[in-house]
Amino acid sequence: MSGAPVLDVRGLAYAYPDGHQALFGVDLQVGRGERVSLLGPNGAGKTTLVLHLNGILTAGAGAVTVSGLPVTKANLGEIRRRVGIVFQDPDDQLFMPTVRDDVAFGPANLGLRGDQLDSRVHRALDQVGMVEFVDRPPHHLSFGQRRRVAVATVLAMEPEILVLDEPSSNLDPASRRELAEILRSLDVTVLMVTHDLPYALELCERAVVLSGGVIAADGPTRDLLSDADLMARHRLELPYGFTVPTP
Amino acid sequence: MGAPHGHALHFHGHSPVHRLPAHVKIVVLVGYVLAVVATPRGVFWPYAAHLLALAGAVAVSRVPLAHLAKRLVIEVPFVVFALVLPFVATGPRTAVGPVEISQPGLEAAAALLAKGTLGVLASLLLAATTEPRDIVAGFEKLRLPQPLVQIMSFMLRYTEVVAADLGRMRVARESRGFRARSVRQWPALGATLGALFIRSYERGERVHLAMLSRGYTGRLPTLRPLTATGSQWAASGLLPIACGLVSAAAVLAG
Repeated sequence: MSGAPVLDVRGLAYAYPDGHQALFGVDLQVGRGERVSLLGPNGAGKTTLVLHLNGILTAGAGAVTVSGLPVTKANLGEIRRRVGIVFQDPDDQLFMPTVRDDVAFGPANLGLRGDQLDSRVHRALDQVGMVEFVDRPPHHLSFGQRRRVAVATVLAMEPEILVLDEPSSNLDPASRRELAEILRSLDVTVLMVTHDLPYALELCERAVVLSGGVIAADGPTRDLLSDADLMARHRLELPYGFTVPTP
Repeated sequence: MGAPHGHALHFHGHSPVHRLPAHVKIVVLVGYVLAVVATPRGVFWPYAAHLLALAGAVAVSRVPLAHLAKRLVIEVPFVVFALVLPFVATGPRTAVGPVEISQPGLEAAAALLAKGTLGVLASLLLAATTEPRDIVAGFEKLRLPQPLVQIMSFMLRYTEVVAADLGRMRVARESRGFRARSVRQWPALGATLGALFIRSYERGERVHLAMLSRGYTGRLPTLRPLTATGSQWAASGLLPIACGLVSAAAVLAG
């Protein structure tokens, strides 16, 4: 880690309006340029945590800071530029009539217009290899292509941290590998929520385990996945036949 | 799907009509329909003039007649209504073959048919020469309230997603041996629609979250600013103005 962390979560607790408490004091720091995977069983509070990072949910206690800027109502515009969330279902993320309009949506909300906007759109689509589909309606793309465009919609805002919710879900193996290559080529801090442990190992040096609303483990992905006790305690399992390769 | 632009009404082309900005076409269409509707009762020659004018626009657009003619079937329900009129209307009767029908009813039916057909044909020309998303942009340019613009825009985007949802539910139903053969099975279909509503509602919430995450503040950004030149307005304005004059002349003559 160099300098101040891009993402600094301290003592974050949150209960839903119906009383169900999802987070019980989460502490997490992510440094610039890191790729961190966020692991944990269903219901551990992963999505709740993600929705705090750009101020969709407001912390009950504790604080979230992005590159020194606290997540508060007054800062929401800038926070949402800095934190780019790619949601799980690309059909939720792609809501405009064409790929171009969709990728332009974020930067246009930031006030960009004309050539500046066009070059942002082009650069973002270029980063995910989807430039040639710029005028297509999103529903005419394959699922893997839609996932890549969803990543581009967020890259176009030039975020400081890219947050991916289950990036490999529903992808065929080739699309999954292509997305990994794209993510590896990006020069951006990544926080990746996933159940796909081999994917986490492939892409992220560091992993954190969120379980029961707290960070239960934080360390090199390889070490965490090799710790059978830890894995069993938090309902994490490697796929059949998979062993963590020794370096 | 299938069609190059994913839209059955659209006919891809680059004619002057295709290039005309959407908001101009919408204004022209409304003007034209008003002019046609203003044709007084009892005279029929103005319809020939209206049709001729519209045929001119079709010719300029280079949309094949067959393309428009096939899609005219959408008018059929109105045609049925028009055909009933001569039999149910009152007033002096004339004999057509063995049956007596109402003379005013016949005239009203003919006028209704003519006005309806011209209106539908003009709308089809708009749909054939304009991408759906441009029509939405046109409405936005014409200051249609934002909520309505957004509803139209989301409808365009999500119709196929919701239809696919519905298709998957149908397959799941039938895979478990369900067949809608009698009224007694309607509750299952009702449950499907209920589930579809809930799913779509939840999707709406997720889409809203995704929009907020990208800085949405209540307005969709205008990404396709529409501008029309004076000559475009003048050339396309000829259609409604000419037809308006025809109708006015018919009113004055009658």
